[in-house]
Amino acid sequence: MARRVFLERRTYRKNRLQDAARLLPVLGMILFFGPVFIVEDTSGQAGAGMAEWLVYCFVVWVVLIAVTALVSRALERSDAPPPQAPSAPAPDRRA
Amino acid sequence: MLSFDGLVAVCVLYVAGLFGVAFLAEKRAMDGKARWLNSPITYTLSLSIYTTAWTFYGAVGSAARSGMEFLTIYLGPTLVFIGWFWLLRKMVRIGRAQRITSIADMISSRYGKSGGLAALVTVLAVLGTTPYIALQLQSVTLSFEVFARPGALGAPDTEQTAVWVAGGLALFTIVFGTRSLDLNERHPGLVSAIALEAIVKLFAILAVGVFVVWGVADGPGDMLARIEASPVSDADWNGARWLGLTALSAFAILCLPRMFQVLVVENSDERHLATAAWAFPLYLLLISLFVVPIAVIGLSLPEAGSNPDLFVLTVPLGLGREGLALLVFLGGFSAATSMVIVAALALSTMVSNHIIVPLWLQATRNEDPMSGDMRRVALMARRLSIGGVLFLGLGYYRLSGGADALAEIGLIAFLGVAQVLPALLGGILWRGATRVGAAIGIGAGFAIWAWLLLIPNVAETGGLVPSMLDTGPFGLFWLSPATPLGLQATDPLLTAMMLSLGVNTLLFILGSLFSFPSPLERLQGAQFVNVYDHSRALLGWRGAVGTADDLLIMAQRILGTSRAGRLFQDAALAQGRSGDLPEPTPDFLESLERELAGSVGAATAHAMVAQITGGASVSVRDLLAVADETAQIMEYSSQLEAKSAELSRTAARLREVNQKLTELSVQKDAFLSQISHELRTPMTSIRSFSEILMQADAVDDAARTRFSRIIHDESLRLTRLLDDLLDLSVLENGLVTLHRGETTLRDVLDRAFYAAGAMEEGGRIAIRRDAAAEQVTLVTDPDRLTQVFINLISNAQKYCDAAEPELRIEVRRGSDAVEIVFADNGRGIPARQQSLIFEKFARLDTAKGAPGAGLGLAISREIMARLGGSLSYRPDGDGTRFVVRLPLGLSDAVAPRSVAE
Repeated sequence: MARRVFLERRTYRKNRLQDAARLLPVLGMILFFGPVFIVEDTSGQAGAGMAEWLVYCFVVWVVLIAVTALVSRALERSDAPPPQAPSAPAPDRRA
Repeated sequence: MLSFDGLVAVCVLYVAGLFGVAFLAEKRAMDGKARWLNSPITYTLSLSIYTTAWTFYGAVGSAARSGMEFLTIYLGPTLVFIGWFWLLRKMVRIGRAQRITSIADMISSRYGKSGGLAALVTVLAVLGTTPYIALQLQSVTLSFEVFARPGALGAPDTEQTAVWVAGGLALFTIVFGTRSLDLNERHPGLVSAIALEAIVKLFAILAVGVFVVWGVADGPGDMLARIEASPVSDADWNGARWLGLTALSAFAILCLPRMFQVLVVENSDERHLATAAWAFPLYLLLISLFVVPIAVIGLSLPEAGSNPDLFVLTVPLGLGREGLALLVFLGGFSAATSMVIVAALALSTMVSNHIIVPLWLQATRNEDPMSGDMRRVALMARRLSIGGVLFLGLGYYRLSGGADALAEIGLIAFLGVAQVLPALLGGILWRGATRVGAAIGIGAGFAIWAWLLLIPNVAETGGLVPSMLDTGPFGLFWLSPATPLGLQATDPLLTAMMLSLGVNTLLFILGSLFSFPSPLERLQGAQFVNVYDHSRALLGWRGAVGTADDLLIMAQRILGTSRAGRLFQDAALAQGRSGDLPEPTPDFLESLERELAGSVGAATAHAMVAQITGGASVSVRDLLAVADETAQIMEYSSQLEAKSAELSRTAARLREVNQKLTELSVQKDAFLSQISHELRTPMTSIRSFSEILMQADAVDDAARTRFSRIIHDESLRLTRLLDDLLDLSVLENGLVTLHRGETTLRDVLDRAFYAAGAMEEGGRIAIRRDAAAEQVTLVTDPDRLTQVFINLISNAQKYCDAAEPELRIEVRRGSDAVEIVFADNGRGIPARQQSLIFEKFARLDTAKGAPGAGLGLAISREIMARLGGSLSYRPDGDGTRFVVRLPLGLSDAVAPRSVAE
């Protein structure tokens, strides 16, 4: 019984992880495009200077890359057959 | 200062190094040792062909001119890659499952292996890529010029440089791109060379960046301050362009033929995508990290010259860093060559698979499909296409003469290939997308793009602007590219993008909604959209038409003898036919087709297998035929079922009859012994008494008289028996003659009772009659009817075993018939024997020992049938009840045979 709950939870986590992977571009679009609507009509650099803009873009970029890397790793791990999961509850049953 | 010759020598050495790496990689891949070739890092690096010389040099120029805008080219692909799980993974899975060879093949496969659609996409790709190749050639020649300018040898012949570069690239591509025909075997040599070039260009631009930030400026802080102060910051900021160009580059990375080649076709393991998803954006980030600093420094340095597009090269050169400059030159050279090589390879695959080979097949349609070496034709077509593509690029470059307008072509080309996007996305996400929708969508988008952007750009590049472009064709102002729909568009690129992609998508959706896909299209659609559910293709061949021999010969021509042999052997083994050719089952044909598709494209492979097997794909007619066959089989089986039911009914009847026959046979045996006995008894007494009579002296007169009477009586008995038998035979054969006359039932019954001797005083059986009821007039044969009644009465006399036997005659008159019931108060007849009593020779067990041959009832029944009535036994309460049914008046149905006599 305990084992089944564990697996269901695992599957649920895996599905949410896949959702996260699918939704990453949305996060990227919000971060990259959002400022366009906020700092619009400034005809240049009233809201933010070019250097600030540049730093903002690169920071967002790095964050996105890092998050993607983490999610991809997690996805790969969840795809692989769990090495510990089936054996972990075994002692409980014996006990 | 490096001389031009020295530069050429470095180039030649570098290219030789690339050749060496490629050869080595191919060799190691063949030995199965090159594990690094199969690593996700190599895959990611090969994706870097996205950053061409145009971006390598041009990004800095773009930053110098319009500030942040250069970033959009990198942000679009970044968004696509971080969302790899949603889209790229599906594309790669489909590409591997369907053995897709190019973007055109993908579209064609999805929409029912349509050859026309593939050709359309191919033309679009060629038109979109040719100027791009020209751009690369321009970059290389320009960088040559930059180096040669300060040299002693003077300006080199730029035209000649371009020719040499184009020729060298064609050679490289042909050598490493067309060695094997099956694209699924991939190009390890080519990919490894490209990966190496990716490292070179990244290293070069990072080196310049580091030099600029820490060598020229005073670290990042100072750099940021310089950026704020630089004219770069004054560039106009346009939100629409920021969004539009990001979207455009995102579309382009999905649709560019060269990107599709490395992303999908050269992908050796789907899991590599998970790494590329973050590693490729990281590569793009690193490439663009120092773009703005280089632009800022370039703009502030008078030594860097006036062309910002070459700042990457001129900044280190102007500051006397020749080694660095040489590295940058090689980086740019790498960017240009890798792009041209992959683009030429991708385009040549498309051109040869979707244009040349189909045309060749069409031209040789009437010939035997196995004559001529398809493998050689396909390879030659591919090599010629590579040459052709590079020749086109070179021609375009020459035509433009290195004009500035060429620089704009990069984004224009992006938009051109992006016309495939609606059909591509629709194809893999929407099952309802149809070929008609895809064709009109791509066609319309292509036309709008060509009219609004490509033609004006080409005209401008060529230095001629026909008035038609300014004023619109036929003086139609609203059709002019400069003012589409009469709009005073501020940004021609974004306007064209919205119009072409908008119309494209709209027509694609409408066309799909209002058209009906062919069965093949629907199958493929399901396979594409639900690729995760079933990675196995369903496309069926009806099979058994083509012979395995023909297929083997054709496969050998395309795949080569050993590969084809292995393929067929494996298939035969899988079918359990060792050492023999496999049966052309649909499964085998399907796998063969897919194998061939890797070499010549899905539509062509389909056509070739169709030519041999005879069945050109699964048409609606085929499906209808299959449905018909099924219906026929079902009908046949229901007929069989009915027949089998009938048979089982017949069998049951036969069993019944058989049982009856067996019983009859037993009865007959019993009867025969009985009748022999019956015949023998009178015969014995006749013989013995006549023997006594012959001894005349031994008998007196009285005894003689007595003996004679006995002999006479016995003879009469014999005669009667024989008469009975004769009578029955006559009746059964319908030879009887009836003498009809009018009479009353009462008369007939009276006669019968007298004849049976039942009316005598002290008769054995009591008679109960109803004289009034018997007053019925009959038209019948009175003698025969009397015979029947006598039989029934004497039966009652003989067999009624009651203590006080009684025979009751009941007469019931109906409207057209009269029923006479002979009921006695005996035991009746056991149910088991009721069915036998009317049979000839039948004698009941109870009748054993009683006189008679067992023919009476059989004769009576026959007589009644002749008289148009019936005789039946009615088990009804106690006793035996025989019912005689007679028609009133002479019915027409009466014994037709006897009437005829």
